[in-house]
Amino acid sequence: MIPASYYLALSAVMFVIGVLGVLIKRNALVIFMSLELMFNSANLAFVTFARLYGNLDGQLFVFFVMTVAAAEVAIGLALMVEIFRTKHSIDTDQLNSLKG
Amino acid sequence: MFLLHEASAAPNAGLVPWVVFLPVIGLLVNLLIGKFIGEVGVGIVASLASGLSFGVAVLLALGLAAVPEPGSVPFLDWIAVGDLAASWAFRVDTLSVTMMLVVAGVGTLIHIYAIGYMHQDTRHNEDPGRFRRFFVYLNLFIAAMMILVSADNYLMLFVGWEGVGLCSYLLIGFWFEKGAGGIANAQAAKKAFVVNRVGDFGLLIALFFMFWNFKSFQFDHVFEQVAEVSPWVIQVITLFMLLGVTGKSAQIPLYVWLPDAMAGPTPVSALIHAATMVTAGVYLVARSHVLYAADPFAQSAVAWVGALTAIFAATIAVGQNDIKRVLAYSTISQLGFMVAAVGMGAYVAGMFHLITHAFFKALLFLAAGSVILGMERGQEVAYGGHGHSKADEGPGRSGHADFDPQDMRNMGGLRARMKTTFGVYVIGALALAGIAPLAGFFSKDEILAAASEFNPAILVLLIAAAFLTAFYMWRQITLVFLGTSRTRAAGAAVESGPVITLPLIILALLSVVGGAINLPGVLTLEHWLEHTIEVTHTAAFNPLIAVTALVVALAGIGLAYLLYGRRPATRPTDPDPLQTRWGGLFNLLTEAWKVDWFYNQVFVGGFKRLAGFLAQPVDQGVIDGVVNGFGVLAQASAQWFRHVQTGFVRSYALVVLLGVVAILTYLVWVGVPLP
Amino acid sequence: MPGSPIVFFILAVVAVGTAIGMLVSKNTVYSALLLALNFVTVAMLYLILGAPFIAFSQITVYAGSIMVLFLFVIMLLGAERLPKSENLRWQHWVAIPLVVILAADFALNLFRSAGSGAEAAATGANFGDPVAIGELLFTRYALPFEITAVILLSAAVGAIMLAKPDRPTSSRKQRTGTME
Repeated sequence: MIPASYYLALSAVMFVIGVLGVLIKRNALVIFMSLELMFNSANLAFVTFARLYGNLDGQLFVFFVMTVAAAEVAIGLALMVEIFRTKHSIDTDQLNSLKG
Repeated sequence: MFLLHEASAAPNAGLVPWVVFLPVIGLLVNLLIGKFIGEVGVGIVASLASGLSFGVAVLLALGLAAVPEPGSVPFLDWIAVGDLAASWAFRVDTLSVTMMLVVAGVGTLIHIYAIGYMHQDTRHNEDPGRFRRFFVYLNLFIAAMMILVSADNYLMLFVGWEGVGLCSYLLIGFWFEKGAGGIANAQAAKKAFVVNRVGDFGLLIALFFMFWNFKSFQFDHVFEQVAEVSPWVIQVITLFMLLGVTGKSAQIPLYVWLPDAMAGPTPVSALIHAATMVTAGVYLVARSHVLYAADPFAQSAVAWVGALTAIFAATIAVGQNDIKRVLAYSTISQLGFMVAAVGMGAYVAGMFHLITHAFFKALLFLAAGSVILGMERGQEVAYGGHGHSKADEGPGRSGHADFDPQDMRNMGGLRARMKTTFGVYVIGALALAGIAPLAGFFSKDEILAAASEFNPAILVLLIAAAFLTAFYMWRQITLVFLGTSRTRAAGAAVESGPVITLPLIILALLSVVGGAINLPGVLTLEHWLEHTIEVTHTAAFNPLIAVTALVVALAGIGLAYLLYGRRPATRPTDPDPLQTRWGGLFNLLTEAWKVDWFYNQVFVGGFKRLAGFLAQPVDQGVIDGVVNGFGVLAQASAQWFRHVQTGFVRSYALVVLLGVVAILTYLVWVGVPLP
Repeated sequence: MPGSPIVFFILAVVAVGTAIGMLVSKNTVYSALLLALNFVTVAMLYLILGAPFIAFSQITVYAGSIMVLFLFVIMLLGAERLPKSENLRWQHWVAIPLVVILAADFALNLFRSAGSGAEAAATGANFGDPVAIGELLFTRYALPFEITAVILLSAAVGAIMLAKPDRPTSSRKQRTGTME
């Protein structure tokens, strides 16, 4: 038997790695992928709790999160393609024309 | 002796509000319908208002003659705030009624005179429409002066005080766009107002002190409590009041406005700056006799100020060339006599001289006005059309635009051409010089007698002033009337009509018999004023002093005859005999000991420099700097803060995470507050 | 909670390993593939946790569609290696401690509630079945379901609009418009 906290710890670790990825990487696509990693860790936590309390609502949330994440990825990548057309680069550091 | 605040027991006392309101009605009538009733109508309305006011004063006097106790007639409640309860009540007692009689009596005569004078003056200055305004102002002045003398408390007195100051300003600057450089008259009015302000400041401080210590402004209440407060309070009040007196009554150091005030039309000079307004200071001291009696130091201060002013102004009058300026400095000098008198405790003597001086000084001014009118008419006849306004600088060359009809050097020989004016002028001059048995002899003699008992040094100063008075008056008569005409204008001068000469004759009569008011032995005025003022005693008639004064006056006249009368000047540019003898000293006298220059350098110049300093480095530099600095600070900090917007998305994400971690840490470590 | 320790630890290690690998890898394609592997591992964890429908949804949607989308875009844009020099080098040194603090917060919270070793609730055999999920989805969560459908529709339309290239004819019309 594995205590629930193990799963939650795993979820936390994955989340932290995702945050690190968002902050450190410059490649826009890798930032996006780190975001997906963060979503994923949250999903794991949801499912853990669903199992812990025998409540299916947690799993349903994961379903919705997945759906919305898919929509978001679609739009995000379309935007990225659009930006690439102008900037010819996926370096987020080059998107700094809004500096004050 | 002093009634508490009760209604007067004297019959007719209830009429007293009319002394103020009749002139007010007069001025309102003139203001509203003056345009439609013509000059004569305006003049009659104004003179009638003043005359009826005099009539009311006479009725009050008759009532007081029957029941001489002082009393108050309450009118309305003005201020009731906390401790301060000031009401407008009229004081009916012998002192105030005396003042009312003088103001209204002399005032009415001057109103009548002014009808004729202003008729010509407005035509000479090419603005007949301004005739009505003059009489509105004159009536306003009478009303304000009546408020002053009929006041029951110091606050109402101050209201009248300020009111006459305002009227003085309005009337001095009556021809505000004329005068040297187009602004000299306006500047003279401004000078009068500003210098009087300094005096008013003194009076205000005295009033504040008075309220602080006595909790009341009413004469009776204040005088009752004099014994209960510490002496230095009385000293402060009286000394600051003295400052107010020096302002309004043109004593040292605030006399400098009065000579400049001659820029106003001559009736103004006669009424305001000779007979009535300038005596307000003397009245104030007389009214406050209880305060001054309690502080000998203040009394001697007043006496010395008066005596020094008397001699100082007399010396200046010797060197003046403008006919009105001689009279102006003479007024200052005579006011010095009055102030010295009330300072020495001789209140009756002071009031006596106030009355007689009103007669002959008003006479002299009005007669001088007649001379000026004659000169102006002569100028028009001799040079055909005038083309300029009077009171320009210098004697000028005859026939040119800067011919000054008021300069005595342009006159001469007017005795033959203006007989009536000459006659009354001599009477007035002799009365002023103190020649028996004219009015001035008795009043001046009483003051000298009081001085002999008070302080011999003051007596010497006053006698010297009397000598100079006689001297410069005879000098003036010689220069104006005697000898031969020095200019063609003088040769063509015309005597004035009856509207002008009739008041002159009346005043001359009063100057002759005015001494009967307080003949030694009979002392009518003293008995009259005793009911209001606790008179210690009038100095007994001192024949030695009387004879000395007479001899001194005759000596003055004799010296003037020797210097001026034996070989009178024949050309306007002839130097003054004193100039040839003591050139430097005479020039100093002509320039009034350069006091005006000194004031200008020190006070006006100093103030301007201070204002300039405050305007430039302080206001623009410091204050604007601070305020602008805030703007600059905002800009600089904005410049600095905009670097937060780096434009890098990752930085923004970092900051967001920072916030999240902070909140999360707080919740985890401190604990979530559970519902 | 179900699951034998060994299986869990292997899966956990793989999950964390692939996550770190995704970060560390210089090649974007490798990152994408490693992430896909991560998703599959997590799907297996879902299976252990009694969520079969979710597990297979994960594989189909996440690993199957989303990662494929990512790979398409990576190929389209040309996965480049970005130059080393960067403007915000210092941000590393701020981010890492921050993240450590975050992890510490999580750890502390977990250890606090570790004492309450609540037993996993007993569940029936059809826990996590598609039938059970469907029942819940179409009754209680009907509204969010519909809204999610709308989101997907708008996302699809939006993506098409964004990705459409400018048509040459329309731009020519604009140019002639400004000439006059």
